[in-house]
Amino acid sequence: MIETPEPDLRKQAQRAGSLTMTGSVATRVLGVVALAAVGVMALLALWISPADAVQGDAVRLMYVHVPSIWVAYGGFVLTAFASARVLWRTRSGAGGTYGVIADRQARRWDRVAGAAAELGVLFTALTLVTGSLWGKVTWGTYWQWDARLTTTVLLFVTYLGYLALRRLPAESRARARRSAVMALIAVVNLPIVHYSVDWWRTLHQEASLNLEPGGDRNITGEMYWTLLYSWATFTVVALWIGIHRYRVLRLEELAEEASLEELLAQRRDEQTAGR
Amino acid sequence: MWREVWLVCRKDLIIERRARVTLVQIVPTVLLVLVVFAFALDANPSLLGAGAGGLFWVAVLFGAVLGAKRSFDIEAEGGNLDALRLGGLMPAAILWGKAAALALQLVLVGVFAAAGLLVLYSVTVHDWLLIVVAGLCGMAAFAICGTLYGAMTVGLRSADTLLPLLLIPVAAPVLLAGTRAFDVALGTSADQGWSWTALLAVVLVTYIAVGWAAAGPLLEDA
Repeated sequence: MIETPEPDLRKQAQRAGSLTMTGSVATRVLGVVALAAVGVMALLALWISPADAVQGDAVRLMYVHVPSIWVAYGGFVLTAFASARVLWRTRSGAGGTYGVIADRQARRWDRVAGAAAELGVLFTALTLVTGSLWGKVTWGTYWQWDARLTTTVLLFVTYLGYLALRRLPAESRARARRSAVMALIAVVNLPIVHYSVDWWRTLHQEASLNLEPGGDRNITGEMYWTLLYSWATFTVVALWIGIHRYRVLRLEELAEEASLEELLAQRRDEQTAGR
Repeated sequence: MWREVWLVCRKDLIIERRARVTLVQIVPTVLLVLVVFAFALDANPSLLGAGAGGLFWVAVLFGAVLGAKRSFDIEAEGGNLDALRLGGLMPAAILWGKAAALALQLVLVGVFAAAGLLVLYSVTVHDWLLIVVAGLCGMAAFAICGTLYGAMTVGLRSADTLLPLLLIPVAAPVLLAGTRAFDVALGTSADQGWSWTALLAVVLVTYIAVGWAAAGPLLEDA
């Protein structure tokens, strides 16, 4: 006897087909807040904050360059944390089945890991581009074989590889667990990038803000507050993009499952009609 | 557990003894890399001497990529990995056994590469102990990392191209710390060689910890 597809799977297929938006009221509000914050940031960075005595107007690139890498670090740390959760939720004996991720929490953490890694890669690319432009103005060249620059490029390529691994066709459980392992190895590079300016003699300047107790600030006044504000703005923008990317990943999964169910239903209909 | 690790390690070493892929293919490739670097740097002895530490680790990293690929190629053929698991071996034992075998093969590669440095680049070793300790830590770290990534990409259609893309950037901490330690041992830098070796050990311990956590997930789904 040929079974008809389950009604909820049909419903899921229709739902995935009809869902084309990733926005909600909350994300629209967040988007407006992010846009307004970027406007204020532009005002602070381009007009209110003074030019540097040595670097001149080139210092204004710092308000994009430094927050970008902070957000990228945050994205990569979140990827590692979410990946650890994926491994924990899909461990043997945790109720997982072979082939697909049965656990909803594990699926969610896997999407968080993917979305956060994409954010990290995007903001690392922005860091490299703005750093390169700053280098041209200050050092007279777009690129120097400097420890910070080189380790940042390696970090960027590492996570490009991570995204490539996520894109390979595989069963969802295998793909999620394989990617999770890679994320945990890749995050080891993060402290090396951050401390490279202390460990090697580099052209790159030391950290702009020393967050350790009693640490010196390399910048003060309007520059200091503009930098902190830029960081908050970039965090809001990243949050907004991240939520949308998370929802895109969820829609992709739904569409993938729905198209499979559609094909199965079509095949069943063909067989029924042939009898 | 340790007996199973030894069994897998021994199996891989026996296959290597019969096939001689490391000795006949990987070692010559690594030596070739050292020769090609000399062409690229215009065979300038002072330049080659100054960069010898880094060139050694780059050459060994290429060897590790080839070794890791080979280590899982022999398992992918005929579903050997499934057979090992059906034979009752723990996933962790398979992973550590393969990592141990790869580490031993990399030590062999490293010995030949070091001999290549002494002969081709005319370097002088100032601290043999530092060379040996940093070298062993680095080879072990490459082996664990290579085994993890080999298990990650086994059976994938694009494994040949994906493995170097994944492994080379993530092995950068080993490359950087190993290079610094070797620079000190070869007398081309007055840095803290043992501090860099300590960093290598920290990276190695981190890879070991990730390996313990990852063995099950990687080999159950491979």
